[in-house]
This record gives sequence, structure tokens and C-alpha cells, in this order.
Amino acid sequence: MIATATENEFFLDPSRCIGCQACVQACGECGTHRGVSMIHLEYVHRPTGVQTAPVVCMHCEDPTCAKVCPADAIKQDDNGVVLSAAKSRCVACSNCVLACPFGVPKMKAEIDLMMKCDMCYDRTSVGKKPMCATVCPSGALYYGPRDYIEKHRREAAVNEFQFGRQTVRTKVNMMTSPELTALPFDVLDFLPWEDKDFDPFALARVRDGAPDAANSAVWDEPALSQRCSGNCTCH
Amino acid sequence: MATLTQPDEKYIELYGPTPNFTPAGGWKIGDPDKLVKTHCCFCGVQCGIQLKVKDNKVVGFEPWEEFPVNQGKLCPKGVMRYMQNDHPDRLIAPLVRTKDGFQTAGWHEVMRKTVKAIQDVQKKHGKDAFAFLGGASMTNEKAYLNGKFARIALQTANIDYNGRLCMVSAGAANRMAFGVDRAANPWSDIPLAKVIILAGTNLAECFPILTDYIWRARDAGAKIIVIDPRITPIGRTADLYLPVRPGRDSALANGILHVMIERGWTDEKFIAEHTHDFDQVRELVKKYTPEYTEKITGVPAKSIVAAAELWGPAESSILLHARGIEHHTKGTENVLTYINLVLATGRIGKVGSGYGTITGQGNGQGGREHGQRNNQLPGGRDINKPEHREFIAKFWGIPEPELPKQGLTACEIIDAIERGEIKGLLSISFNPLVSIPDSERTRKALEKLEFFACIDPFLSETARYADVVLAGSLQEEDEGTVTTGEGRCVRLRNSVTPPGNARVDWKIICELADRLGKGKFFNYKNAGEIFTELTQASKGGAIDYSGMTYEKIENNMGVFWPCPSPDHPGTPRLFEGGKFHHADGRAKFHAYEYRPPAEDVDADYPLFYTTGRVVSQYLSGTQTRRIGALVKQYPEPLCEIHPLLAAKLGIKDRDIVKVTSRRGEIIVPAQVVKTIRPDTVFIPYHWPGKKAANLLTNRALDPISKIPEFKVCSCRVEKVADAPAKPTAQPFPQQIR
Repeated sequence: MIATATENEFFLDPSRCIGCQACVQACGECGTHRGVSMIHLEYVHRPTGVQTAPVVCMHCEDPTCAKVCPADAIKQDDNGVVLSAAKSRCVACSNCVLACPFGVPKMKAEIDLMMKCDMCYDRTSVGKKPMCATVCPSGALYYGPRDYIEKHRREAAVNEFQFGRQTVRTKVNMMTSPELTALPFDVLDFLPWEDKDFDPFALARVRDGAPDAANSAVWDEPALSQRCSGNCTCH
Repeated sequence: MATLTQPDEKYIELYGPTPNFTPAGGWKIGDPDKLVKTHCCFCGVQCGIQLKVKDNKVVGFEPWEEFPVNQGKLCPKGVMRYMQNDHPDRLIAPLVRTKDGFQTAGWHEVMRKTVKAIQDVQKKHGKDAFAFLGGASMTNEKAYLNGKFARIALQTANIDYNGRLCMVSAGAANRMAFGVDRAANPWSDIPLAKVIILAGTNLAECFPILTDYIWRARDAGAKIIVIDPRITPIGRTADLYLPVRPGRDSALANGILHVMIERGWTDEKFIAEHTHDFDQVRELVKKYTPEYTEKITGVPAKSIVAAAELWGPAESSILLHARGIEHHTKGTENVLTYINLVLATGRIGKVGSGYGTITGQGNGQGGREHGQRNNQLPGGRDINKPEHREFIAKFWGIPEPELPKQGLTACEIIDAIERGEIKGLLSISFNPLVSIPDSERTRKALEKLEFFACIDPFLSETARYADVVLAGSLQEEDEGTVTTGEGRCVRLRNSVTPPGNARVDWKIICELADRLGKGKFFNYKNAGEIFTELTQASKGGAIDYSGMTYEKIENNMGVFWPCPSPDHPGTPRLFEGGKFHHADGRAKFHAYEYRPPAEDVDADYPLFYTTGRVVSQYLSGTQTRRIGALVKQYPEPLCEIHPLLAAKLGIKDRDIVKVTSRRGEIIVPAQVVKTIRPDTVFIPYHWPGKKAANLLTNRALDPISKIPEFKVCSCRVEKVADAPAKPTAQPFPQQIR
């Protein structure tokens, strides 16, 4: 399933994101989406900066969302694309929403269905780029050959992530500083920004989805002294 | 007296703005009848886009990846632009004012009424008592037609356009420095530059597509310098960020040049061979030491030195600026001091090296070229120059003495209405109630008009004051050309025809001309005939389109002017070989001492107030406040305030604050962010009425260009209420539509 250098792949570079939401708006315009966007975009922390992060599905090789689904509603297609929950099976339990290490799936409460990015199957299957990566004005979302990325970008493409003891490999590549080969994430590193202790029950109260981790540039935040907590297997 | 007869809510109920969330025919409409290759109507980048058309309605879009400027890329405005078509607020018939609002009317009635009013006003008060206000979101064809209509049919001197609020200071400075008003380089030069200065341009929000150009330069090792009182999205990744105090731009440029001269980073050969007047500048900037400049600008001396160290010895460079340095009572001076930085290095007119203002409006460039300005005739000609007047009078077939003289500029026209000197107004594509500083005075002026007619596809806040509203056309309902911020003339195709009884703008103007007895000058069968006439009128002028045809423009994905003959390929890059457009071929330096803004902070109003845009809205919002997805993205204006200042004022994030200037007050939620200078607050200006940022701004004008000072005045801020339990506005709400 490893793509060749000239095959089209998806590359995500949040450091280029300008927060314009063209991707989110365009996603809803994709033929089969009918006005409902399957991706989202968040400020990392607006009080301290304008850094934003577009959150598209990373399309994990071994998707956690599917593993935790009690109804076996989340399937992968032959190309490794992880699909939205099957309408006939999804029980709207939100396990996937809570379990996804990247904070991707969202529960559409009004229709009791988990929906998420399917990498624009209706476009990619006929040789077009996904809508979000076509319109993205800043190159934060790029769909094209690895050749181009390696030739033109300073950042390196990474598709292996370390969440504690879990190694996650994804179809979508994350652009990172060139010396990194795998991105270590400790969710705790993302939490102390509000100058208060982490409240482990906050999620249960707001049910707004897991914190979005999809951003390498947040390492620049001065409050984050270390690149890694040291508790993971990357050390 | 044109006061409103209904409360605002009544107008909103009938004419919007209503946020539209659904395309024509709904989401399950099936395959379109056709895809029309045209351009986005929002901003001077003019991205290529394909509009999906079904049953004479625009029902969606498809990226147009072959168009070289944006290659399919779009910002959210471009993605959602199609939602303005088949809109519930769309005017589908002319309206006339009644004692309780408006009623629809036939074209004969509104034309007769308008023509009679024009004649009555002009008979009673003189020709110049009837003014015309145009816009820079319209095609080149309409910009040309507006100018011709005002001069021949209305015979008024008082015609101007809303570009006066946009970049006229940059235009004036470009003509003074280079002898021509156009970006010096095609945008394709940006990725080739090794150093880029972005001065007063919130580029990622106002011209999002150009972000990719900047970052391609960065990928190739370029250093980016951003000068802005706010860390905008493009400022976030700058190599050097200079947080200039509002209203101090010319001092900063003088300070950078001081260091460059001291270190010997000037191209003396270029200066000697291709420019004038550098000695005055050299003398002037002697006192602008980094320490002196720091005191004025609030930018650390070491950052000023660092900027000079990056810019001075660069191998190649581009300097781009926008409204941030232009919207000042010294806007022209600001631009000229920045141009000094370019000319001193000789890095202009070369591949990957040059300069440009990034024009904001859809046709910000073309809209200012073809004669809808108070002092301009087609081809960029000067209405005060006898030989220019003679050429155009002869071209139009009128005696030269009948051609009106220079009239008033846009803000001056509103002032003259307020003073009772101008009694009648015809406006098209202009919403001054939202877009001109000091909104309350604009409102009072509108109320004084004896007669006011608007040509518009939607009833803007200003149009509510009209006696007659002539239901005009949206961009996709007409055809023609626009000229982008890089000077590339591109072709707009009509996708659909105007709905109901609405008409294409240029046909409305031509019929008015005919009824005013000047029909023989306005006998066009289609927009193409206007374009052909425009190109011939421009022949030999500073802005020469005479070698362009629709076919040539389409075949080449746009043609850059000057294009003086049919076999000429157009001119993407100006000033090659150091040849400038002044008569002697040289560029001019200008030595301008820094002077403070018209209104500076004081004990009563201790903070700087500045305004600008957000990515999801366009100008006065007449179109974009009607597009649901864009409204949700940033629903209402927020006051950006630094936490340090907020703490001193007892303000927390989303608290409701009142911002007061000498001219008015506005009550909005606070957005407490570290991305703004702690002595400055910012409010975006796209909203009307009590949410209008321009209630506070200062209508003081630049003496050269007559651009108003949107970007700096003084204010005070106080908390009026706690943040509502649930935030009233989230910039990025959950995207379920």
C-alpha cells in the first residue's frame, strides 16, 4: 500500500494554514456531501496566536476508530481509505470520536451518525484531487506526488506517530521539521495553555471531541519546553 | 428629504441581508447544464473558477485548475460566491420609494422618474449639482461607461468611485515615482525573490491565494519581513515581524533606509543612471537613526537594523503593500517612502525583483484606469491636460469645452451633499453608509439629497435611502473584462441572465443616456462593443489596451497592459532595464519627513483605533453578508484587544465593550488576543448600522490622493457588560449547514 513517488498522496502542513476555512467550506460543496462539511478547522489557541489546524482524516493503516466501534460500522476500502460510519450500523455511541488520536470524527447529533472525511472518494476515484486540497490557498493541504513535496518543501513528510505506547501509521502525511522521522505526541503537552490544571472530565461535560493534535507548529509555544514528554517509545 | 420611512428590521425582512444556505434547486439537483470558465467576483486576485449552471441559475462551482494564477485554489469567499445567485434578497424589479418603504415599478416609470429628477436638479442647481458614484467591483467596460455617461449624458464634473477608499494613495505615489500606476511585477516573480517585505497587508485574509506565492518563496529560502500592528496569519511565520505603531509608517521606511545608506547597501550606479532626487532623501533620512525611529514607530531599533540587514544586501527582493500604509492622511507619502527602499537598491524591473501594491477590490486595478475618477479620462489620461482633453473629446465626438473639468472625489462628494451643494446622486455598486468613515455624517448627507437613484442587484444599506432603485446585475449575469492586481486583464463570461425584470447594468446606463438625449453616444449592442471602444480610447495613453481583444485575452489566460498593438504580447513586468514611464525615463525619489496622523492619541482618547477585513467578508458586505456559510464563519465584528490592555481595563475575553471616538461609538464583544499591539484596538468594518466600524473612523483626507484615514484615529475602550454565558460569536463555529 506504499505509494510510489509519482502517485498522488495527501500531505498536511498545519504550519502553512492561514485559518481561512476554504477547505471546510469546499468540503461541503463536494458532490455527495450536499452542504455538510466532513472536516473541521480550529484555532490552536486564539488568545496567544493565529495558528490554526485543518483536521482531515489521517486514514490510519489500522484505524483506532474502527477498532473501538462496537457495531463494526467503520470500514476501510481497498485503497486504505477509512470511511464514515455505515448508516445502517452506526449506533451513535461516540466511541470513535473519543478514541481517535487525531480528533477527527464528529458526531452529527441531528442524524445520529458519525461522519468524517473519506478523502473525497467521488473525486479521487475519477482522478481528481480532493476538494479541500484543490482549493487550499496556502498549500497547507496538498494532494499530489511525493516527488513534488520532496523537491519543493523544506519540511519532511512523516506518517508515523507515537501516542504513548501506540504507534499509528497513516495514509495521510504530516509535514514536520526535517530532522523528525516520527512525531511523538503526548496529549498532556497540549493542555496547560489555559493556565489551569487539566480537567479529565471536561470532555464528558462538553462532548466536543478530543483535543486536536494535528499540529507540529504548536511546539513553538513557549510554555511547551520539551518536544516530548519522554514517556513514549520514541526515546 | 430622503429619510427612512421604515425601521431597519422592516427593510431587513423584505430585502435582507438574509443568509442563504442552499444553492438554487437544492443540494440534489444533478448534473449541471454547463460549466462556465470565469472569475471570482471578490478581490483583486480574480481567481479563475468554473461556475456550474443549470436552468439559467448558478448552482455550484468546480475548481478551474488550468488558470495559471490560482490553479484551482480558492478562499472561502470564492468557494461560496455562487450562493449570491438565485438569492432570496435579489432585486428582480426596479423599486420606487413610497411613504412606507418601496414598491416595485416598471422600467418606463423608473427611467422617466430618474431622468426628470436629473433634469430638474440640474436646471435648478447647475450640472455639477448632480453627482455620480461608481465602483471598482465592476468590469472595465462599466468603469469606462460610467465615466463617459457622467461626462456626456450628465455633463457633471462630479464623478468618482469607491476606489477612492481603497488604494488611490498608492496609485498617486506610483504615478509620482514611476510615471505609471500598476504593480511593477507579475505575481509569478514573488516566488523568485530572496527577501520579501509585506507592509500593511493582511495578505492571508485579504488575498489568500497570494499566500502560496509568498510561501513558495520561503520554500526556496526567502526571508519574509512583515510590518503590521497585528500578527496576522501571514505575520505568524515571518522571519522578522515589525509591530509598527499605527500612523508611523513613513518614519519606519525612512529608518530602514537610514541603516541601508550607512552600511552602503544602495545601488549608486542605478540611482545615478535611472533616478532623480536621491540626494534630498539621503539628507532627510540622516536623522532617522534606529533609536530615533524606534521612538516614533514603537518598533525596536534592533528590528529596524535587522530589516535593513535583510533587505539591504538581498540578491533579489519584492516589496508589497496594501491598505495598511495607504489608508492614511499621508498615504501617498507612506507609499513613496517605501518606494524609496526599492529604488535605492535598484531591484526593480527584474526577474524576481520589484514592487507592487496589492489592489483590494475585484477590479481595483481596471476600475481606476478607464475614466470613472474625478480627474481622469480613458487610457489613464489627465482631465486637466489640454492635449488629453482634446484627444478624448475628439474620440467621443464632442466639443472639448463641453467636457467637464475635474470634479470632487468620493468623500468630498459626500461632504458636498452634506453642505447642500450637491443635490442629486446616481450611484452604482457603492455602499458609502458602510464604507466611508464617520458613518453618521454619511447618513445625514444621504438624508439631504433631493434625489437619489441606485443601480444595484441587492438593496444595500445605502440604497434604502434611494428614491429609485434600478435592479441591476451581478457579476455572473454580465460579461466583460477585469484587470487584476498584477495588471492582467482577464475575461469574465456571463453564466446566466439577470432574473425577473432585472437588467444588465450597462444597458440601464445606456437607456438613461438615451433618455437624456445622448443616445447616439451610447449605442452598443453588447459589452464587447464597449470593450473595443475602450481599447481604442486608451490608444496612446499611459494605460494602453489598444492591442487587446476578447479573443486574445481568452487565448492567453489574460493580457498585461500596456498592450499597444495587436501583435504585442502584453507587458507582465514593467521597468525592465531601468526604464520608467516619466518623460525622461527616470524614476523619482521623494523625501518626506514623518508627520503624525490627523488624530493622535491623547488623554481623552488614549488608544489607537484601526480597521480592516476578515477572510470571510468582502468590503461593505452587500454580497457576502447574504451568504450563510460566510456569515457563520465570522458572524459579527469583534474588538481585538491585547490581554495586557484588557487586564488594565478589567476586560475579559467576550466581555461586551464600548469603543468610543470623537465621532461615535460601537458596542461589540472583545476578543482578547496577544496578536495586536497593546496600545491599539482593531475592529473589522464589513457591518452596517450600530455594528459599523466606520462610525468611529476619521474622514480626514490625504491632501494628494484624497484617501481617508481608515487605519488610525484615537479612541477609548470600556467594558459595558460581562461576556454572555454562551459566547455570542465564535469565529469558527461548528460547520454544520
